[in-house]
Amino acid sequence: MYTEDTIAAISTPVGEGGIGIIRVSGPASGAIARRIVRHAMNGDLESHRFCYGSVIDPSTGDTVDEVMVVLMRAPRSFTREDVLEIQCHGGYLVTRRVLDAVLACGVRLAEPGEFTLRAFLNGRIDLVQAEAVIDVIRSKTEAALSLAQHQREGRLSERLGTVRDGLRHALALVEAFIDFPEDDVDPAAQAEIEAKSRQALGLIRELLSGFDEGRVLREGVSVLIAGKPNVGKSSLLNTLLQEKRSIVTSVPGTTRDIIEEVVNVKGLPLRMLDTAGIRETEDIVEREGVRLTLEKIPQADLVLFVLDGGRPFDDDDRMLLDALEGKRFIVVVNKSDLVLHLELPASLAGVTQVAISTATGEGIVDLREAVFQAFIHGVAIDSREYVALSQSRHWDALAKAQECIQTFLANLAASQTLELLAVDLKDALHAVGEVTGETTPDDVLDLIFQRFCIGK
Amino acid sequence: MGLIDYEKQYDVIVVGAGHAGCEAALAAARMGCESLLLTINLDAIALMSCNPAIGGLAKGHLVREIDALGGEMGKNIDATGIQFRILNTRKGPAVRASRAQADKQLYRLRMKHVMEQQDRLSLKQAEVTGLVVEEDRVRGVVTKVGVRFLAETVILTTGTFMRGLIHVGLTHYPGGRAGDLPSVGLSDQLQEIGFTVGRLKTGTPARLDGRTIDFSRLEPQYGDDPPVPFSFSTEAIDRPQIPCYIAYTNERSHEIIRSGLDRSPLYSGVIEGIGPRYCPSIEDKVMRFPDKDRHQTFLEPEGRDTVEYYPSGLSTSLPVDIQYRFYRSIQGLENVEIMRPAYAIEYDYVDPIQLHASLETKLIRNLYHAGQINGTSGYEEAAGQGLMAGINAALRVGGREPLVLGRSDAYLGVMIDDLVTLGTREPYRMFTSRAEYRLLLREDNADLRLREQGHGVGLVREEEYGRFVEKRQRIGAELERLRGTKLLPSEADPDFLSAFGMTGLQNALTFEQLLRRPDITYEELRRIDSLAADVPPAVQEQVEIQIKYQGYIERQLDQVERSRKLEGTRIPADLEYAAIPGLSAEVREKLEKFRPDTLGQASRIQGVTPAAVGILSLAIKARG
Repeated sequence: MYTEDTIAAISTPVGEGGIGIIRVSGPASGAIARRIVRHAMNGDLESHRFCYGSVIDPSTGDTVDEVMVVLMRAPRSFTREDVLEIQCHGGYLVTRRVLDAVLACGVRLAEPGEFTLRAFLNGRIDLVQAEAVIDVIRSKTEAALSLAQHQREGRLSERLGTVRDGLRHALALVEAFIDFPEDDVDPAAQAEIEAKSRQALGLIRELLSGFDEGRVLREGVSVLIAGKPNVGKSSLLNTLLQEKRSIVTSVPGTTRDIIEEVVNVKGLPLRMLDTAGIRETEDIVEREGVRLTLEKIPQADLVLFVLDGGRPFDDDDRMLLDALEGKRFIVVVNKSDLVLHLELPASLAGVTQVAISTATGEGIVDLREAVFQAFIHGVAIDSREYVALSQSRHWDALAKAQECIQTFLANLAASQTLELLAVDLKDALHAVGEVTGETTPDDVLDLIFQRFCIGK
Repeated sequence: MGLIDYEKQYDVIVVGAGHAGCEAALAAARMGCESLLLTINLDAIALMSCNPAIGGLAKGHLVREIDALGGEMGKNIDATGIQFRILNTRKGPAVRASRAQADKQLYRLRMKHVMEQQDRLSLKQAEVTGLVVEEDRVRGVVTKVGVRFLAETVILTTGTFMRGLIHVGLTHYPGGRAGDLPSVGLSDQLQEIGFTVGRLKTGTPARLDGRTIDFSRLEPQYGDDPPVPFSFSTEAIDRPQIPCYIAYTNERSHEIIRSGLDRSPLYSGVIEGIGPRYCPSIEDKVMRFPDKDRHQTFLEPEGRDTVEYYPSGLSTSLPVDIQYRFYRSIQGLENVEIMRPAYAIEYDYVDPIQLHASLETKLIRNLYHAGQINGTSGYEEAAGQGLMAGINAALRVGGREPLVLGRSDAYLGVMIDDLVTLGTREPYRMFTSRAEYRLLLREDNADLRLREQGHGVGLVREEEYGRFVEKRQRIGAELERLRGTKLLPSEADPDFLSAFGMTGLQNALTFEQLLRRPDITYEELRRIDSLAADVPPAVQEQVEIQIKYQGYIERQLDQVERSRKLEGTRIPADLEYAAIPGLSAEVREKLEKFRPDTLGQASRIQGVTPAAVGILSLAIKARG
């Protein structure tokens, strides 16, 4: 992890808070304040003094938001580097736009735990505190990896894989032309270089346009209540829908049985999947009910796995649990007001569990909090990374890749030399690699040897 | 059996006199060490066992780096080359590479001569069968006839000789190279000590009798005129050059190859060693690329005074009868006679992840490995490691810190870092694509990158160094001049302006700005720059490249700067990965296996995530 550049991140939890803070740390903090904050005082911000102003989008000059800013010069700051904090209005989109303005100045999005890491490296906090950071870094990155694996089955990573393969392919062709000048490398391959990279660019554009990270908050996430019949799925749904603070709407679905009920949890809209199904299947034969639930699981961003606290963990529960492999879920133990007969299997250790009673309403507040935390910046509730962060990472990486490929194509059209074309392609691959994993020189050589009969 | 102790004690003993061994021994002796070179055959010093050529893509870069550091390879090929070419002239300055055909016998004779004239260097013919090791430190070597030579340091450059096994068809016999004995015993001892020893395979084509080749039916390929030397110390090469010839296999050739596969040691599983993918045998090419109806070969002369020709790319381990039919199926070779048959050879190598970046082994102090024993292939790769091992052994003798080149300093640094960080499973060859800072590692600036270090360790002679310092000053001065000289619209030659689409130019432009344009070369600039003619060509080249590629070069320098902290952070040898909280089991296992010396190395191990590197850096810092 490089520790001498300038990093930035949204430091307040995502959601509809009254205020959002964007924190910037590193040597460029002062320069960024000069560039994007318009304020009443002339010249540079005075250290440790709050100041009213507005954030300007550096590319368009438009005002993004009214803000309060404070610049804390090193070493009197949390990281002992120059730190700029921008307090803007709360809400996901506003904070993200302010962050975008900062990132547009060439600042890097902070890694998980990176502010704290810097604080440690600069001697601001001690080892005990730092070890806590280690755990954070680890849980977040490993969770991100498992998310990546999880998504590998999905459309997104499939697409990203195609992008990477296309770029690798183009790079392998460029490198073959460079490294094997005496072998008769097929000249037709030259046209292929352009075709492959154009294809990759097209895919990236498509992903970027359909991949707005604000989606989670704007469109919400899909939640499925799963459990064998008669564990209280229906009552849980009703409880959630009747929660006073919830905003409840009914959205007619496009297909027969999808009537989506939307529950708003602290600004995060939850689209409850298959509400009709839940109501219908409560009274059909058990096996059949479980089977129907199983089919719905792949569609859900989050599964609330409901267990009956008054009954032992049985084969039906196990069948559902097996189907949840690789899925984000929360264990909901219902009927916590009754005598507990349920013993959870060891494999559920580490997964977030919430005890509720649909009869008394007990635990529902905790459940709402757990659901919110499962998605939104802050604490990961299970071994998984939350969607919002990994998405903004992906977005960042892909935007970078897009820029590199555009430079590459422009240079290609201008008949720039191969060695410079290779630099652009490598940069693009590196950017995609931040999501899919790095491409090593060996990977490229492998492709060359597969493709060309080379050697003397 | 009692051993005979030789009376003299050495600082450095080099085992093997191939391209690695020669550079190692010369470097050590030149740096003031009493040095001994032991070889199985004194008539095979610096012998080109495979193709009679030096250089090529990335390899030419290595030669220039060896030369800049004060090695011998560049001077030796300049003195004995019979055809010189620059490859890739249109693909950018960083991937331009020199290549030369050598007169094979002259090449080895001149190198032997240089070694014989070198003070403090003894050459002896002997087969080394074992090391003298005391308390994890090497003390010397033992030869087959029972002599013990003692030394402070030992450098092993065993090439293909350790348990060498030669294959021609299904016949095989022990040999270090056609005509030479293998080395037996040494690799067993290395295994006993605890080194992981593996097996590799390589091959060489037949040598053809030029009197039986119909050159009128082949296309000649000539060298560049004038030839450009490898060495920064060579003024000019004025020997006449001789051509190579291009020929092609055809469908019938491939049919013949297929008909012999039942007697191929490769396809019948007799050969266990892993061969290089970039240098496949002809049977490999035919089998792996069945759709290709012909394969190209260059017929390379082995010297001016010999009729032997080397058909590149046509190595094989098929039986001799198939070899005859195959080579004769090629147009121009219908009546060819084989002077030496093609063969494959299997040999032992020692996995290079067991080395420090100085090429000293991690297990045995003062023992260094260089060349094919580290799993590489190629004369240039071997010579480069030999040079670095020689330098580092001599530095150890002198009680000095090792010289370790970074990935942003030299291909030598990339190669050695790749080897000691990641190890290798197939013969490792240098490619420019292995270097992430390729634009910085050019042939043209090898002296700017490395002369200082070569001089610092005492390998670059004062007069050579003086010439370099002067060149460096002139480059600086010329850059200044171009920055300060302006083209004023009022005084500009209208022809020049219109030739480059600048008619109607409003503001003055510096010559630097002009040179930055892709269409204006230094040559072109001379039309309006009366002083340019006095600038030496080497300075012109440097200035032009530095100005034209400035943007890209700066980007790479920026990346180098970013990684400097990681590269410079050493991981303590006794760091217990198991005691570090937060490392995943997979990462921990990888780190324990590879035991990287620096955080930079750790970050290049596959599966070691940036987060794991962050954790490691915390753990190191916490130890204080």
